[in-house]
Formats: sequence, C-alpha cells, structure tokens
Amino acid sequence: MDWGAARVSLWLAGLTALTLLPASLWMSRWLATSTSRSRPVIEAALLLPLLLPPTVIGFYLLTSLSGASAIGAWLAKHFGLHLVFTFEGLLFASWLINLPFMVQPLQRAFAAIPRSVREAAWVSGLSTWRTFWRIELPLAWPGVLAGAALTFAHTLGEFGVVLMVGGNIAGQTRTMSIAIYDRVQAFDNAAAQQMSLVLVGLSLAALALVFALGRRNPLQER
Amino acid sequence: MQRRQFISASIATLASGAALAQSEPARVAAASDLQFALPEVAARFQSVTPHRVELTFGSSGNFARQIQQGAPLDLFFSADESFVIQLADAGLTRDRGSLYAIGRVALIVPTASTIALDDRLDGLRRDWAQVRRFAIANPEHAPYGRAAREAMQKLGLWEQAQDRLVLGENISQATQYVSTGAAQAGITALSLALAPTVAAQTRHVPLPESLHQALRQRMVLLQRARPAAAAFHDFIATADARAILSRYGFSAPGGGS
Repeated sequence: MDWGAARVSLWLAGLTALTLLPASLWMSRWLATSTSRSRPVIEAALLLPLLLPPTVIGFYLLTSLSGASAIGAWLAKHFGLHLVFTFEGLLFASWLINLPFMVQPLQRAFAAIPRSVREAAWVSGLSTWRTFWRIELPLAWPGVLAGAALTFAHTLGEFGVVLMVGGNIAGQTRTMSIAIYDRVQAFDNAAAQQMSLVLVGLSLAALALVFALGRRNPLQER
Repeated sequence: MQRRQFISASIATLASGAALAQSEPARVAAASDLQFALPEVAARFQSVTPHRVELTFGSSGNFARQIQQGAPLDLFFSADESFVIQLADAGLTRDRGSLYAIGRVALIVPTASTIALDDRLDGLRRDWAQVRRFAIANPEHAPYGRAAREAMQKLGLWEQAQDRLVLGENISQATQYVSTGAAQAGITALSLALAPTVAAQTRHVPLPESLHQALRQRMVLLQRARPAAAAFHDFIATADARAILSRYGFSAPGGGS
C-alpha cells in the first residue's frame, strides 16, 4: 500500500474541490441568471473539458506549460512557478478538467431558484450580497455539495492527465491511480488490488457522505 | 444510400472478407523502442511480399498481460525477453521465440541545451544545476528504465538524481518529456534518439553497453498466428531488415554490427 500516493490523491482532490468552489459559484450564478449574448459560448467553453479526452488536455499542458515554452518560461521567471511535473501543475490541470463537474450542478441549482424569490428578498430590503448569502446559497446548497463531491471523486479517479504531465514523482505527482497502474505494470496484483479497494472505499464514502448531507436542506430546518 | 443497396453492399463486403481470410494482416504488438524502426521494416516487408502488417506500440509488460488475457495478436516484439519466456512457459506461444536485437541506451538533451555530451556523463555532472528534471522510463517495470537506473548507479549519479527524476510510463513518454523540453535531460533508447523526428529536437550520445545488463529483445509468434505474421517474423532475420534495425542503433543478437 502506497500511503504517499494516497496522501497526494486526497490532498489533490480536497484542494481542487475547495479552491475551485468560489470561482465556480460566481460563474454558475452568472450563467444561471445572465441574459448576455456571450453566455452560450462561455457555457460551451466550460463544458468542453468534459468532452475532450484527458490526453488532449495533458498534451496541451505539457507543450504549453513546460519550461521550454513561452508561457512556461514566463511563469518560471516571474513567479518561480513550474506547472509540469509538480503538484501545483496537477492542481491547475484538475481545475480545468473539473470545471464542468463543479459548475454544472451549481448552475442547475441556481437556475431552479425562481426569480420572484430573489425579487422578494430585494423588496424586503436585502442587498444583492445578503440575498446571495442568506437566500440563494442556502437554496442552492444541494448543488454546492453535489459539485464539490463530484469534483472530489472525479479528481481521485483522474488518470490520463496525471499520467501525461505528472512525471510520476513520489510524494508530489504520484497519485493513487498512477500507483495502481504501476503495480499492475509490475505484475504486482496484490498491491494493485489493495490500493484499488482503498480507492473504491474512499470514493464511495465521499459520495455517500455528500448524499447524506445533501438531503438536509438548511432552509427547511428552520 | 438506399437501405437495400446498403445491405447488399454489406453482404458483398463480408463475402469478400471471407475470401481474403488467407491474406489477413498480421497483428503485431511491439515495444515502444521500435516505434520508428519497425514501421520502416514493415514498409520494406510489404513492398516485397503480398502480406500486410498492423503495428501497435506500447509497453512490453502491458502487451504480455493482454496476451495472457487472450488478446488477438499474432506476433509480439518484447523489449525484455523475460516476458516472452513467461508467455512461452504458459503455452501461449509457438516456441520460445528468438532474439532480434540488443537494445542500447543514450543520454539525450533538448537541442537548445548547452550541456556537453559524453558517454561517462561528465558534462552532465558539470552542468547538473541546469537539470531541473531528468527523465527516464519507470525502472519498476520498463526495461529501458531499469537499464537507465543501472547505468546511473554505475556512474554514481543515481543518488543525486533522486529528487529530479521524472518517470515516463514507457520509454517513448520519457523521450517525449525531453524532446518537448519539459525535462532538461534524460536517458532513452538509442533507437528513439536516432529517429528523425526526435533527432530534430534533441542531441544525444550512446552510452556504453557495459553500463547495464544487456537489453535482450525477443520476438515470438503466438499460437494461431496468421501466415502473414510468420512471414514477417522470418523477414526480421533478412539482411534488409537487419540493416534498418542497425541504422536505428540496435545491435545484432550475438554481437557484431
């Protein structure tokens, strides 16, 4: 059992879900309420990572962000940031590939809130900001949980992009899925089996927890 | 197309397919170090015989596993002969196969790199600070990764390289890491370093064969191999095929060339 890999996977999954949430909240609320003409294009762009194979995303990241590329060299020079073969790079890749998994459930949740609810809050004197915090976010709560859970579970299971831009570095970019692949390649079925089982358990637990929490809608409890 | 036309066309296709069963293409699985050399050999083969071959490249271990699970393949080129021996012991092959080449490794850097190349890796040691990432294939299961590790251990570079190593899933990927400039140096198969597309983006120096255990590469015909596969198998021993393999840096089995 490769606990180092388990730690990398859990960190990556947790951080991705956590850090992707704020921007996704903002984007999904905008998508749910906006009437802008650019909306369909942005919606399509956000959904794109779902359709593209991870190899395409991995290939673009590898060629556009490595130290030999213009962007990669610029990032390294000005921010000391390396996005290929590093944990930060995997996090960045995870943001990209998880956008649809996070934004879609959120957008559905925001879109399900009737406009009249929002207007009633405004009429009652709540600011847009307070309306968002006190009314919209609690109503959209199941969507928030679903988005975070899907992102978490999907990151745990991500393989293709990590294989392409990770470089299999122990403690940094060797995730559970890569470690399992390695064990299978080395004909070490016992270890592969053990780790696979842990991964199944973790993913199941994460999803079950969310469904359990999601059933309780904070507004209805009051 | 009308439906009836479509159906009759389909039947015609199926019928001609049955008639052509004799000359079905050979399904060949080959280690990724043959990525460039074998297509040339196959092109040559197809120009002198009526047979056709379909090539698939990947990790030898993966293919061995797939063959164990009944993958429909005719001929298997393994970068590590132990896989072939295992398959033979399991009764999945026609015989115990034959050596087709001895693989060699090379130190490789991107063209733009200023690292001086020599076969004792002295230049690399001198410019070690330039190497943020050093790419090899995963030594846990890739034969070329194992050879790279042995060579680096012998030259006393292994310990200091630990925190800079990036591991390719197979030797092709490790090479890609260097050719894209993502890694600043690496050890790869000489056959890949010599390929024109790779050579356009990189510089390399072959490492002495004494630095690692010989990479004995073995090919084997699988049970129920098609006639085309047997013909291709025999073609590998011809002077034509040998010349192409040696141009890609493969030593002939049994020394020489």
